Amino acid sequence: MLYFIEQFLNGIQLGMLLFLLAAGLTLIFGIMDLVNLAHGSLYMIGAYFAATFAEWTDSFVLGAILALLATAAVGMALEVIAIRRLYGRNHLDHVLGTFGLLLFFNELVRLIWGPAGLTLPLPSEMFNAVEILPGLFYPLYRLVIIAATLAVALLLYILVMRTRLGMLIRAGASNREMVGALGVNIKLLYTLVFGLGAALAGFAGLMQAPILTVQIGMGENILIAAFVVVTIGGIGSIRGAFVAALLVGLVDTVGRAFVPDLLHGFLSESASSSLGRALSSMMIYLVMALILVVRPEGLFPAASK
Amino acid sequence: MSERLTISRAARLTPRLAVNVVVLFILALVPVYAMLSGDSFAMTLFTRVLILALAALSLNLIMGFGGMVSFGHAAYLGIGGYAVGILAKEGIGSGFVQWPAAIAASALYALIVGALSLRTRGVYFIMITLAFAQMVYYVAIGLDRYGGDDGLTIYKRSRFGDIVDLNNKTFFYYLCFALLLAGIYLTWRLVNSRFGLVIQGARSNERRMRAIGFPTYRYKLVCFVIAGAMCGLAGALLANHTDFISPAMMHWTRSGDLMVMAVLGGMPAMFGPLIGALTFLLLEEGLSRITDYPNLILGPMLLMVAIYVHGGIDGLIGSMRRG
Repeated sequence: MLYFIEQFLNGIQLGMLLFLLAAGLTLIFGIMDLVNLAHGSLYMIGAYFAATFAEWTDSFVLGAILALLATAAVGMALEVIAIRRLYGRNHLDHVLGTFGLLLFFNELVRLIWGPAGLTLPLPSEMFNAVEILPGLFYPLYRLVIIAATLAVALLLYILVMRTRLGMLIRAGASNREMVGALGVNIKLLYTLVFGLGAALAGFAGLMQAPILTVQIGMGENILIAAFVVVTIGGIGSIRGAFVAALLVGLVDTVGRAFVPDLLHGFLSESASSSLGRALSSMMIYLVMALILVVRPEGLFPAASK
Repeated sequence: MSERLTISRAARLTPRLAVNVVVLFILALVPVYAMLSGDSFAMTLFTRVLILALAALSLNLIMGFGGMVSFGHAAYLGIGGYAVGILAKEGIGSGFVQWPAAIAASALYALIVGALSLRTRGVYFIMITLAFAQMVYYVAIGLDRYGGDDGLTIYKRSRFGDIVDLNNKTFFYYLCFALLLAGIYLTWRLVNSRFGLVIQGARSNERRMRAIGFPTYRYKLVCFVIAGAMCGLAGALLANHTDFISPAMMHWTRSGDLMVMAVLGGMPAMFGPLIGALTFLLLEEGLSRITDYPNLILGPMLLMVAIYVHGGIDGLIGSMRRG
């Protein structure tokens, strides 16, 4: 039971990180109608920035704040220089162009930081485990991730639902042309939305950096998982992305923790471990395929399309 | 009148025709060059070009002509390759078993994936094909008996009786060349048939095609399966070419590469995938010779093509006539 709660918390934590990536993706999808394969690169860049700035400033928090700002700046520059020219084109041009960007960023990171990975050291008190239930110790830093990502999700909700900018974002998602026709500076809005998406991706990257190695290509697998989240949730829907992110996070974590044991019940040791490994990695894709077969537009399809 | 028009159009030497003829001519002479100069790497590289061109051609059939943007096409390469590798490991070395098995396995996979995926549209279709390909990728990683994550070396290439020897590089090259040309011919016949016109009609306006009585879902599914089978054959060739199979041949970036080749060459041009595969692989190879950071140049080039060139290289060639 304690093991289950621990895995459940891990699932929530993964889900919240996926939400940060998926929220940016789904906003960019929904508002600019852009398939962005380079979104994972911004996650990677956020992690690299955090590792570098934390070393310079000798402070994790200061490094994280600088990295967040820098990633948002990179995102906005990217939008102005390149991404802007891809709006209104078909999805294939998006895939080609942003695939090129992904190759470019991986190589650029290799040029600047070298092929070896980096580590982002944590303040020592973060290493402690907290007793959250009698007998259940959980790493403090993972709790911090959950709390921080929840806070960001809440801020995002307030931004999108309660502010003027959020109103424009929502309006842009349902009818781009009309928002432009009403005199809103749509170019600036797009740049801001892309920067917001970049900041969210960078935040996910820098929060994850101390747990994983900061390395080239770290954004690629999680990008695919984020795409799964966006698709399950329904493209353009932040609420859908939130629900789907938690679902995918839990399915992935709980699957990895329990599927091999389940199979062990009626298969030999080696067969169940290899099959279990394969099956638990497949789980999220299986869930996505099932959901799309039943609901071809995801769980929360955007209202007007 | 109209007959004369067709004749004069066919006979005129357009830039496109000239480029296609030159490309085919050069490809036909690669083994001669390799023999004269002793550059065996050229053979390896260009054989790879031909095989991946066949894979990109099959993707062009569904993506360029059918409007079905599949982001999981590398899965067929993998399934075709694993069919050959698994049978070879189990002691069945005959190509007469291996290759039909590769084609049949990919066709069956395409049937299942297509039947489920074709219910969705647009970006959802892109993502669900990607999801299925990821599943196959993880299945391959789980196949401990066949190398798991590390892959499997194939010690004997497919055998076709005594006369045919796939270990002969020149012979294997021309076999790939012939299969690619056969694939291009098949695609050309297919898209110009009644079937192909229905597929293309469904790409431009599916609702209208359904309204005039075509069950477009079935047509698209058949097209999807044909493309899968063709790419499965390319997978069987690839496994024989590299003597090695691994999950890496199904990684999602491989699907991205195939898509880049098809789009770069220009869709839905018949020779587009070949020109795209040729350009992409030669660029990759050439850039990695002049710099340690080839993607620093290749990446922005792809971006420029996406932004400034409509219709890939074929579009560029087509616009030469006007400009």
